Amino acid sequence: MAAQFDFDTTRLPSPFMNDSHHHWRAELRKFVEKEMMPYADEWDEAGGFPEELYKKASEFGLLRMGYPEQYGGISEGLDRFHGIVTSEELARLGAGGVTASLMVHGIGLPPIMAIGSDEMKERIAPPVLNGDKRISLAITEPGAGSDVANISTKAVRDGDHYIVNGSKMFITGGMRAHHFTTAVRTGGEGMRGISLLLIDADAPGVTRTPLKKMGWWASDTAAIYFDDVKVPASNLIGEENQGFIGIVNNFNGERLGMAAGAMGSARVCLEEAVNWAQERKTFGKRLGDHQVIRHKIAEMVRQINATQAYLEICAWRVQNGETPVADLAMLKVQATLTLEFCAREAMQILGGSGYMRGNRVERIYREVRVNAIGGGSEEIMRDLAARQLGI
Amino acid sequence: MKVLVPVKRVVDYNVKIRVKSDQSGVELANVKMSMNPFDEISVEEAVRLKEAGKATEIVVVSVGPQQAQETIRTALAMGADRGILIKTDDTVEPLGVAKLLKAVAEEEKPDLIIVGKQAIDDDCNQTGQMLSALLGWSQGTFASKIDIEGDKAAVTREIDGGLQTIKITMPAVVTSDLRLNEPRYASLPNIMKAKKKPIDTKEPGDYGVDITPRLEVQKVAEPPQREAGIKVETVGELVSKLKEAGVIG
Repeated sequence: MAAQFDFDTTRLPSPFMNDSHHHWRAELRKFVEKEMMPYADEWDEAGGFPEELYKKASEFGLLRMGYPEQYGGISEGLDRFHGIVTSEELARLGAGGVTASLMVHGIGLPPIMAIGSDEMKERIAPPVLNGDKRISLAITEPGAGSDVANISTKAVRDGDHYIVNGSKMFITGGMRAHHFTTAVRTGGEGMRGISLLLIDADAPGVTRTPLKKMGWWASDTAAIYFDDVKVPASNLIGEENQGFIGIVNNFNGERLGMAAGAMGSARVCLEEAVNWAQERKTFGKRLGDHQVIRHKIAEMVRQINATQAYLEICAWRVQNGETPVADLAMLKVQATLTLEFCAREAMQILGGSGYMRGNRVERIYREVRVNAIGGGSEEIMRDLAARQLGI
Repeated sequence: MKVLVPVKRVVDYNVKIRVKSDQSGVELANVKMSMNPFDEISVEEAVRLKEAGKATEIVVVSVGPQQAQETIRTALAMGADRGILIKTDDTVEPLGVAKLLKAVAEEEKPDLIIVGKQAIDDDCNQTGQMLSALLGWSQGTFASKIDIEGDKAAVTREIDGGLQTIKITMPAVVTSDLRLNEPRYASLPNIMKAKKKPIDTKEPGDYGVDITPRLEVQKVAEPPQREAGIKVETVGELVSKLKEAGVIG
């Protein structure tokens, strides 16, 4: 073990990462250290971060990465592993709420890029990617979350418009969003009656209320209500009643990113725990010299290493055009269980000082559940995997 | 105006240095390396001169192993235009580096060379001064501010008594101090652009420079561990302990 333990100490050498990834990691780390790290605690306590961060993150390239150049994005020379580096480095902040709201377009925009019209892409993507506008994904409802096929928000065609009624729940970035990529029911029951509709937040009949959460305080999570909202038919994303597949495809990319973020948060817990264990003395020796503590640390490393290996193989397959649905689902479970374990053990090692507000482990501890539930709960993920495996 | 900036690949400033078990040097295996922080400041200054319309081209040069190319890429992403890697796996002492840089300067004919005042690995603080002497150019060391006016550079230097501003004629060598500027992070578009910027690879022999070390490192050792102190009860006891230790008469 190195004399000084940090975020990178135990990362396995990756056959998939080259100089380009290392360089991106180094520069992104400088960005996070300068523009975000000093304020993480303050933003979390205040329940939000300044809007100018979107602009800075866009100029730096963070918001634009992975989107086509013609819409102001940066895609040439980038692959899935740059995305993994991004999720992991943002996790170093130890304030997932900041990342969740800052990068919320990462789930709101892809359906438009995948199945939206060219006119819609040109209208929506550039101002989102340059940090002026925000777009949230609105799928979950009070009565349907992972059970997407049962959503009840209704969009009824009326000439050139849809009239939308219903509500959405737990919408990340919902308070500051300008647009919602919204799942609505345009047809009959089940998955074949669902469409994706782009709804502007300032349309008459749209109201929203902020929601208080266990963690992710810096993220503006909202409940959204639609009351006879008139939406132009041209705002339909893709074809009518074909929205389900767009939603499901979006989940796969989201799960890879969430797994990388959860692994990054687990690494933060490991880093904080080891540094404390090497410094803090109890019963005449360092914490790290007590066998019970050493074993906790080894176990954290073991689980993180397993997650990294699984993650990179999944990313490599996605990179090669595969959609390993079952593995992406189980990867997310692997990553969030690792996070849960590492947050627990780091908190045990840090003891009372870890329980005090204002440190990364304490914030991450409050974020374990949103990672284990959001983007598909562990239970749903396992069941999805089992179905995919034909069990 | 053309600016030349030498950059060195060193152990990252965050890494806690460890001495090799055979005392032949410090541990470099699997240790995070990055650009010498003072060189980052030099690159930043050159880029600012370019942004201000004073510099037209920035060339970065590094003497070191193949991996020093990554260090050059970092500088290119910050805004430098092209790079030169003088590849060698040998130890190169400040005089060897200065001679190589002199050869590069004769070829490139820069108006200004901004050198980090020292590298954080050996902390020699020699290369810039040696380079200026070898070239016969003016030098402005430990710069906290550089103002370019025509062929003159006003360099504010950090000295023991405070700040001193000198005016030197270019071509000149300036060494950068910590407070010259705060280096930027390179944006993703610039990282991608840097991949396409040219890097020439050379070897010390191409410049006809002999880099054989003049010094021999005999032993590298950890500083002695500080011994635990004792608590004294009274002033009298303190005085007697100090006398015992031979610190006071």
